[in-house]
Amino acid sequence: MSLDEYTRREFKQVGTRVRRPDGVDKVTGRAMYGADATAPGMLVGRILRSPHAHARVKGIDTSAAEALKGVKAIITGADLPAQEDEFIRDVQDNCMARDKALYDGHAVAAVAATDAATAKAALKLIKVDYEVLPHVTDVDAAIQPGAPVVQSGRTLENVPAGMSENVTSHSEFGHGDPAEGFARADMILERSYRTAATHQGYIEPHACLASYASDGKADLWCCTQGQFNVRTLCAAIMEMEASQLRVTASEIGGGFGGKTTVFIEPVALALSRKAGRPVKIVMTRDEVFRATGPTVHTSTDVKIGMTKDGRITAAEATLRYSGGAFPCGTVDMGAQAAFAAYDLDHVRTYGWNVMTNRPKEAAYRAPGAPQSIYAVEATLDELCQHFGLDPLDVRLKNAAKKGTKSSYGPTFPDIGLTATLEAAKAHPHYSAPLKDGQGRGISCGFWFNFGGNTCVSLNVNTDGTVGITEGNPDIGGSRASISLMAAEELGIPYDRIRTIVADTSSLGYNDVTDGSRVTFAVGLATIKAARDAIGKMCGRAARIWGIDPEAVEWKDGATVPAGPNAGKFPPMTLAEIAAVSAETGGPIAGHHEVNADGAGVSFGVHIVDVEVDRDTGATKVLRYTVFQDAGKAVHPSYVEGQMQGGAVQGIGWALNEEYIYGKDGRLQNPGFLDYRVPVASDLPPIDAVILEIPNPGHPYGVRGVGETGIVPPLAAITNAVCRSAGVRLHELPMSPPRVLKALAG
Amino acid sequence: MRYLAANTAHEAAEALASEPGLSRILAGGTDVLVQLKAGMVEPDLVVDIKRIPGIRTISAEAGGFRVGAAVSGAELGEHAGLCALWPGIAEGFQLIGSTQVQGRATMAGNLCNGSPAADSVPPLVAANAVARITGPDGDRDVPIADIPTGPGRTTLKKGEVITSIFLPARPDRAADAYLRFIPRTEMDIAVASAAVSLELDPSGTVRSARVALGAVAPTVVAVEAAASCLIGTSLDDEALARMAAACEAACAPIDDKRGTIEFRTRTAGVLARRAALIAYARAGGSK
Repeated sequence: MSLDEYTRREFKQVGTRVRRPDGVDKVTGRAMYGADATAPGMLVGRILRSPHAHARVKGIDTSAAEALKGVKAIITGADLPAQEDEFIRDVQDNCMARDKALYDGHAVAAVAATDAATAKAALKLIKVDYEVLPHVTDVDAAIQPGAPVVQSGRTLENVPAGMSENVTSHSEFGHGDPAEGFARADMILERSYRTAATHQGYIEPHACLASYASDGKADLWCCTQGQFNVRTLCAAIMEMEASQLRVTASEIGGGFGGKTTVFIEPVALALSRKAGRPVKIVMTRDEVFRATGPTVHTSTDVKIGMTKDGRITAAEATLRYSGGAFPCGTVDMGAQAAFAAYDLDHVRTYGWNVMTNRPKEAAYRAPGAPQSIYAVEATLDELCQHFGLDPLDVRLKNAAKKGTKSSYGPTFPDIGLTATLEAAKAHPHYSAPLKDGQGRGISCGFWFNFGGNTCVSLNVNTDGTVGITEGNPDIGGSRASISLMAAEELGIPYDRIRTIVADTSSLGYNDVTDGSRVTFAVGLATIKAARDAIGKMCGRAARIWGIDPEAVEWKDGATVPAGPNAGKFPPMTLAEIAAVSAETGGPIAGHHEVNADGAGVSFGVHIVDVEVDRDTGATKVLRYTVFQDAGKAVHPSYVEGQMQGGAVQGIGWALNEEYIYGKDGRLQNPGFLDYRVPVASDLPPIDAVILEIPNPGHPYGVRGVGETGIVPPLAAITNAVCRSAGVRLHELPMSPPRVLKALAG
Repeated sequence: MRYLAANTAHEAAEALASEPGLSRILAGGTDVLVQLKAGMVEPDLVVDIKRIPGIRTISAEAGGFRVGAAVSGAELGEHAGLCALWPGIAEGFQLIGSTQVQGRATMAGNLCNGSPAADSVPPLVAANAVARITGPDGDRDVPIADIPTGPGRTTLKKGEVITSIFLPARPDRAADAYLRFIPRTEMDIAVASAAVSLELDPSGTVRSARVALGAVAPTVVAVEAAASCLIGTSLDDEALARMAAACEAACAPIDDKRGTIEFRTRTAGVLARRAALIAYARAGGSK
């Protein structure tokens, strides 16, 4: 890990709340989203989807559809290549079924036609011969021997014989000897929990425009969290060289992890290649729910031993996650994260992935962590209630700190958990009186955070402004943060900088906008690109002044002689150096490329007050406060936005959001009417308290903040509901019928 | 698909009656346009009734109000006299959809959509409101309660159009209230709902009552057994408990993604009890 990046400094611009560069475009409708791309001669693409949860596709007759006037191309799984690589094959098979439809909504064919009505009519003319197979949509049912098998031959060697073939992998993390630790406990509590699959719920449906030329070059415009990853996946599926496929990311109307893969993009490319014309596909909301990634749904057993003064003596968890119809590694992250907040001598987590006839999981904010940490934090709360201990004190007593060997292996460097817990304890919210019938809950949260491959170019324009070219779609205000960091480093005003998100032909490879990585990694690369440009500008000034480049320094946006011995020259500002760059060696640009390490883990603590209506089971969230370590908040409003947004999505998950499957294996609620994300009037004001414990791995101390915020709400609300209603629920969502039933006993 | 903007109710009725294919009436369009867009219906004829004279106005009549079939929720909500006379009807209607939807949605459309969860229907039933229907052969007046027959179905015959809804006069010390249960706070469909309309005598005793429940049966149901529990009382706890039990007994809901049979049944009684207390207070009753 690079833990020597950070140096303490006084910030002039970082930490201010500047105006976001994409704000006017977004509020005036000028912003170009995925569905806004058009091309001459463009066709409309539509996808035919399986109405069955599980069915063998015995044959597809497209002849009648092909004969329809205006239909220009039809593809099925047979039009895509056989893939050797298992990961690519799963992505491809999820975009277009090959032999079996694996879930309700799985794509089986696609049409490109001159208009939407023709495309729709053509879908009705495609005849699919299905052999309907038994299905299984629940993780606990799918793990049973004898359950219908979703896919055969996908089980890894570490899964013991005799289990269902739906079980694809097993993982184990931890240290110490739990049996020894449990022996020292005054109380051992074992509980089981279930969480429903939830969808990321981004407002913008997936949309793309593909144009494949007769010479084998192609362009793709799409809404995505990672155009380079789209290029990698689509180039593999289309058997193209990366250089021949240029992918441009649109503005994005929400992603939350769900736009880190492809669904319609390879289909549009294949249709375009076949039709010889550009093809646009825009998903309906129904398609988004049925065929794009929700989270895993889970079933978890937790066992925690505690002394009567609140010290955890041992902890274990067994996690059963299902990421739908394909093998999925999310359970490993859940198993690693489960006890990460605590300094434990004896801890063990076990993860099992189980396939079900549901859509392929896609990442959703801190994938895997909310579910496992929910189970742990709810169990801890019950132990606190049992011993009559303050839940924050118990967490403080057990909190991981610098030097703690984490439950997933690494030893923590400087982390902010204790400071975050102390801030929560000192906050007026924690001591505010509650009325009868109200309850207060708390929970910790954790996420690893990520750095990754990053490439930034910084161009100094001759008028003294700066353009930054980066490769990560802006899903949370990152362009403003990147401009701010460049402004800080260069010593020029924020509004002289414009940051753009480049296409895949304009820049080296950038990892997806995920893992809370962008402000950290792209910020780091931007600062270093600025330093690169500064070095070059010092060289130009040295040349003008006729002194050694080493004798020139950068101070407050200008070159100055390094000391009295360097000579006496008036400072040259960035604008002055840029204006004469043609005479001093040509354009000035800085670059930085890195596979960034040292992202720095992130902890959060949430406090929530609720009131349960005992007659209807409805939970009203009254007050909510989020505490989170941001390392350094580059743009505090966006950091607060991430913290509040995570809380909102967690509130939805805790109370109402769920994928509901019928006995027929079909999704019952593929729309925002019955898949209930919270609306504004469901929410209280959410206070965000930012802590700044600098991350040693970033020049300004930045930690990612995008994901941790969705982790604590699940348990915090569960714990608050318990303290309000007097009954504890062990399943999410805590929808009113479930709460009312629990109240009835 | 053909589109006709009818200039008279008779023209609309004639066009609908003579259409051999599938037809739909367009008022606010908040159901029809969504169904069209989702591909749920593919009508051959759409008849827009918004240009029919008087169909977008509220007029005083016989101490009550006649509400044109194309009056939106937003327009009705701005009518102080109507809101004072029938606050439960106004609040039920205005719970439908969002602010944007309120600018278009109509009570007649909500009724004709035939949903047992329609928010404007229970208070209309509790109010003994009457729909005026124009057909090819003339007009007829039908109590609201007699219009829905099941999810998506009504007693309207081919060619018939609701042109207005009449809300009757009522004495002093009378009021109504409507409550629904939704898992969210807005933008949702009732899992269960209840409307209560009360008239009090000068002493605060309930002289007459109507109770109607939504989303707990194939149609909105008027529960006379529940209403009779309230008559002659001052809404004491025992009367309210008996009324809630009568409501529960009248429930025949479905189990679905929006709620269980058990939950809908229980909640209907809770909502009726709460709505009764609100209506009672509005009518000037004090407890």
